[in-house]
Amino acid sequence: MIRYFSSNFSHLILLIGIFIMIIPVWLIFASSTHTALIINTQGLQFFLGDKFLENYTKVLLYEGGFFKEITVYKMFLNSFLMATGVAFLSVISSLMTAYVLVYFRVKYATLLFWIIFITILVPLELRIFPTYSVMSTLNLVNSYWGLIIPISASAIATLFFRQFYKTIPDELLESAKLDGANTWRFFIDFLVPLSKTMIVAMFIFMFVFGYNQYLWPILVTSSEQYWTVVMGLKMMSGSIVNKFAFVIMSMIPPVLIIIVLQKYFIKGIFQDK
Amino acid sequence: MSFLELNKVTKIYPNGTKAVHETSMNVENGEFMVFVGPSGCGKSTLLRMIAGLEDITEGYINLDGILINKVDPSDRDVAMVFQNYALYPHMNVYNNLAYGLKNRGISKEDIEKKVNEAAKLLQISEYLQRKPSMLSGGQRQRVAMGRAIVRNPKIFLFDEPLSNLDAKLRIQMRLEIKKLQQKVGVTSIFVTHDQVEAMTLADRLAVINNGLIEQLGTPIEIYNNPKSMFVAGFIGSPQMNFLEGELINKTLTSEGFEINNVTSDFNGPVILGIRPEHMSQTDKGLINLSVDLVEQLGSDNLIYGEIKNKKDFCFRCPGSQIIKKGSKLSLNINDNNYYVFDKSNGNRVN
Repeated sequence: MIRYFSSNFSHLILLIGIFIMIIPVWLIFASSTHTALIINTQGLQFFLGDKFLENYTKVLLYEGGFFKEITVYKMFLNSFLMATGVAFLSVISSLMTAYVLVYFRVKYATLLFWIIFITILVPLELRIFPTYSVMSTLNLVNSYWGLIIPISASAIATLFFRQFYKTIPDELLESAKLDGANTWRFFIDFLVPLSKTMIVAMFIFMFVFGYNQYLWPILVTSSEQYWTVVMGLKMMSGSIVNKFAFVIMSMIPPVLIIIVLQKYFIKGIFQDK
Repeated sequence: MSFLELNKVTKIYPNGTKAVHETSMNVENGEFMVFVGPSGCGKSTLLRMIAGLEDITEGYINLDGILINKVDPSDRDVAMVFQNYALYPHMNVYNNLAYGLKNRGISKEDIEKKVNEAAKLLQISEYLQRKPSMLSGGQRQRVAMGRAIVRNPKIFLFDEPLSNLDAKLRIQMRLEIKKLQQKVGVTSIFVTHDQVEAMTLADRLAVINNGLIEQLGTPIEIYNNPKSMFVAGFIGSPQMNFLEGELINKTLTSEGFEINNVTSDFNGPVILGIRPEHMSQTDKGLINLSVDLVEQLGSDNLIYGEIKNKKDFCFRCPGSQIIKKGSKLSLNINDNNYYVFDKSNGNRVN
């Protein structure tokens, strides 16, 4: 009886949590299907209106910026390139860093790892001026590389891979050695396939992280053609309902990628080997 | 020149622990050598030095006429079976077997042929497409051996490969390893702490203690003629009985009985060793045993009892003999099958 009650109680708490998360999104979605007049006079709407097609088509045909160089498609493309680039580079760099830290005879490997790890305490916003100056010296301002490179080394992903590698028994390495696997082959033939689920999890993590960037893209690009979706949310001109529609659309790519890869994502985060 | 030569091989770990002391030995081509000893005696370290997984601090190792001290493990042409098998979890059985061959640049057709041959030999042909996680302990064991066999190496190294199996399977696999080795004829070194495994598998046996080879010989030689108290106690099951005593002028006095005409010139405190199976019941025997406990194994009975000051003295008799707890037995030592050791250093003196 108590168990029945407590399980119901925890379900109730979870349901409340879901409502708290969902309601704002729903309000924006419902509001995006009304006319701007209704929103401006009556506030956010809870029920669906009849302007869904009209409002969303307008966003899809939007041309923004001073020179009208940027479209919604281009913004999605930019965000996609940036997020994918960040995800790819940070997964690859973390995989390799963790490999070196765990398997190579590096002096002070643990110390080095913790130095890498404390960079978590130094967010991009804190180092934004030196980072900008580096990018400008390298002539990467106003380019995709400028958007991607400064945020594509992840201490968190390095931590995950390092902890995972540490659980792999030494015999596997020894056995591979006797089977003629060199340093590179062991990485490619063993560590990469074994950490497949974790790679996918980290990829999603970093994809969403890259997709959500706002301050850095604004600083490092001045050309309209590099606007990302998140920048567009702020920069976009037009009526309130079109902005709402764009907010809803901007959520689709990260949600989509999580839905498609969620099986790996959960396995990777809660790896119990 | 022998096939495998160890010359004063020494291992000192960076923290100063000396795991292996100046060990020298030879293994002949096709021989099945077993290293046996208690855990932490350095037997695995010795094996790992032959495999190239541990650096050799001093001394040298020759394999097939080539000095291999500095040769990379992958170039030594040795194959090893690990205690937990170390199968590649993300590869199916076929690829587990084929991986070492692929790295050696062997053509696809040859790999397929070799893998299929090995699989047939080990009766794992049906499992080739399965992942190791879908196999039972015994099957994994076979795959691990298959991975060694398929490369046709100069030498097989086994690092306690049977200790993860249950008792019944262990005996079965022990038999199969022995048969397989005889069939394939590859020189093998097998590390174990189980003396029964050691006795049954070995052509020759090296009993290792504290990083030193205490005795090297065929199992029967070692059983019949242990050179030290350690070897005598380690080889043989149940363990040899040890009694304290004194040897003066060829007369040994111990726990209320005397043995005359001991073939030894040693004088002083000694330890007398008698194997449980080397005694028999008579009317007026040397040793008077009051029985505390009877273990009936079916074929044999193990009788534990007390003689004067010595407790848990073990005597083995045929299972058909009925002996009751609390009864008194009179025992004689058969054919002077007893061992006398110097009490101070454990060396055999008779």
